[in-house]
Amino acid sequence: MADESAEKNVLAAGAPLVNISDVSFAYGRRPILTGINMTIPRGKVVAIMGQSGCGKTTTLRLIGGQLKPSQGEVYFDGQPVHTMDAGGLYTMRRRMGMLFQFGALFTDSSVFDNVAFQMREHTDLSEEMIRDLVLLKLNAVGLRGARDLMPSELSGGMARRVALARAIALDPLLMMYDEPFTGLDPLTMGIIGQLIRKLNDALGGSSIIVTHDVQESLQIVDYIYFMADGKVVAEGTPDEIRASDKAYVHQFVWGEMDGPVPFQYPSAPYREQIYGAAHA
Amino acid sequence: MNRMTLDLWVGIFVAIGLAALLFLALKVGNLASASSGETYVLKASFDNIGGLKVRAPVKSAGVVVGRVSNISLDLERYEAVVTMNIGNQYQFPRDTFAKIRTSGLLGEQYIGLAVGGDEQMYKPGDSVKKTESAMVLEDLVGQFLFSKASEGNDKASGN
Amino acid sequence: MLDRVAAVLRGLGSRVTSRLWRLGFASRFIFATLLYSGASFRRLSLTIREIYFSGVLSLIIILVSGLFVGMVLGLQGYDTLQRYGSSEALGILVALSLVRELGPVVAALLFASRAGSAITAEIGLMKATEQLSAMEMMAVNPIARVVAPRFWAGVISMPLLAALFSAMGIFGGYLVGVQLIGIDEGSFWSQMQASVDFREDIVNGVIKSVVFGVIVSWIAVFEGYDSEPTAEGVSGATTRTVVTSSLAILAADFILTALMFRGA
Repeated sequence: MADESAEKNVLAAGAPLVNISDVSFAYGRRPILTGINMTIPRGKVVAIMGQSGCGKTTTLRLIGGQLKPSQGEVYFDGQPVHTMDAGGLYTMRRRMGMLFQFGALFTDSSVFDNVAFQMREHTDLSEEMIRDLVLLKLNAVGLRGARDLMPSELSGGMARRVALARAIALDPLLMMYDEPFTGLDPLTMGIIGQLIRKLNDALGGSSIIVTHDVQESLQIVDYIYFMADGKVVAEGTPDEIRASDKAYVHQFVWGEMDGPVPFQYPSAPYREQIYGAAHA
Repeated sequence: MNRMTLDLWVGIFVAIGLAALLFLALKVGNLASASSGETYVLKASFDNIGGLKVRAPVKSAGVVVGRVSNISLDLERYEAVVTMNIGNQYQFPRDTFAKIRTSGLLGEQYIGLAVGGDEQMYKPGDSVKKTESAMVLEDLVGQFLFSKASEGNDKASGN
Repeated sequence: MLDRVAAVLRGLGSRVTSRLWRLGFASRFIFATLLYSGASFRRLSLTIREIYFSGVLSLIIILVSGLFVGMVLGLQGYDTLQRYGSSEALGILVALSLVRELGPVVAALLFASRAGSAITAEIGLMKATEQLSAMEMMAVNPIARVVAPRFWAGVISMPLLAALFSAMGIFGGYLVGVQLIGIDEGSFWSQMQASVDFREDIVNGVIKSVVFGVIVSWIAVFEGYDSEPTAEGVSGATTRTVVTSSLAILAADFILTALMFRGA
């Protein structure tokens, strides 16, 4: 119990970098999020977990301003994201970095040009300066030697690392990772996980990881939000999550087949369908 | 793709594209002959202009010296008034004949200027006094038939 | 029975509204493209790159097709004209039909299937692989960075390609008419020059090709940007680009011809 209150204190210290209060979102009439509350403290790595389609990626897009909440407020570094105009959003996004699910590298430019993209678009740095900075960023992800390759020549893990180098090109205050572990082998997964943690501590910013990869992320994050059906159903430090006795969290963390999330798609009773209604 | 080769190719493309446009303008179209130099206006009235159209050439001794710029009907005398733009370098005496001619049997119609011997030249805006209308095919055929018929009549009465 | 009629009417209504909605979206999209076109000209290298992909890479197909269309016109035209004893008018026939109609229209149709489909597929794939989203998150407007340069490259390339097509076609007609059949070379060119007007025929042809360039490029970038971000979505959008722009070219050609050559 003492541990828990200490953790709460850490979260309360200083104004949080991102604050989401009572946010709802719907695509047309289909509700995706209902009444979400989250805080992302400075300097921490926070994971948002849940099943596919529970609204994790939507939450990221709300923070980045690519979607507007139908209700509630989103604050980034004290500024309201939900009321910003296009110009304000573009200014804000220069302080954000995002790693997309499969990297989303620009397929028509080399690794070097991909990493240099934001520097060329947003700064007036000379080409020599850009070269040094790009090599620095590529070195941080261990791919300085791959700078002349095209994205099509990279393996999945390498592409993810290049995308990571591209996302941190302008030293963002907030890094967002959309399913960074999807489709990677365990070794590469570990490398990416370590990189996320190391980069966060080196940059001194905050990170949000959206993932359904429980074991990998429990090792590297400071705090976890569990989502299901567009709501936050559980939150806590990794230890609290592991020890949680909430049925949903338990099923998710330990990968159980049946539980609050049923194994069977809703259907008529088994006996009834096999033998027909008369025999039931 | 290297940046330099890319620029080179695009340069070649734009250059030959513009060359093609220039070819169309100069060699295919009549930009060189039509808009070279200033023009002045001459007018001419005809009883019948036949199939003459705006932009039809004005020729003198077979050389194109200008173009028809406007055709209208004079409501007082019920004559067609044809306005021609003539190149400034071409001057015509005051007894010049303006005739509507046809190039070939079925070709387009043009205005032929037959030059006389007068010493005074037409000034811009003048009207050509001596004109000859278009030959209308139906009239020609009618005349031909009429003369044939009267020939036949003569023969018949002669017998 | 009444239910079925209502269902048919509802289906019709929803189809009409969705078409109209898409048309409205496409109009807003082109306004956004024009609004964010500054970068395409300030950073000319972006547009030059796209001129390479849409213009230079379409050169071969345009030149070869133009040559063949011109040669066919030469053969067919001669066949018809010599019955009236006016085979020297072949130059007029070849030049006028190419400069007024075939040059702009056929070049635009070829451009739509060669470059338009490629633009749609490229933008669609960039959307499907989240490259456009990534660009947005890196505070770069994808309409300014990706869409506008491709749009303007198409608008610039199209009249040049159409002029090349016409010039090549006239050369093809010359080869067949003068070199092969033996029409007098002087009358071939002089009759052509006497009847082809710079303002009425050539300028109007160029105006047509610019309009077609706008139409094809607009449809291509819009279909790509609006495509479903899946493999099927992109391939469907590519097909729609070719079909829609071909129909739009022919319809626009009719309207433009009616406006331009009325009374001539």
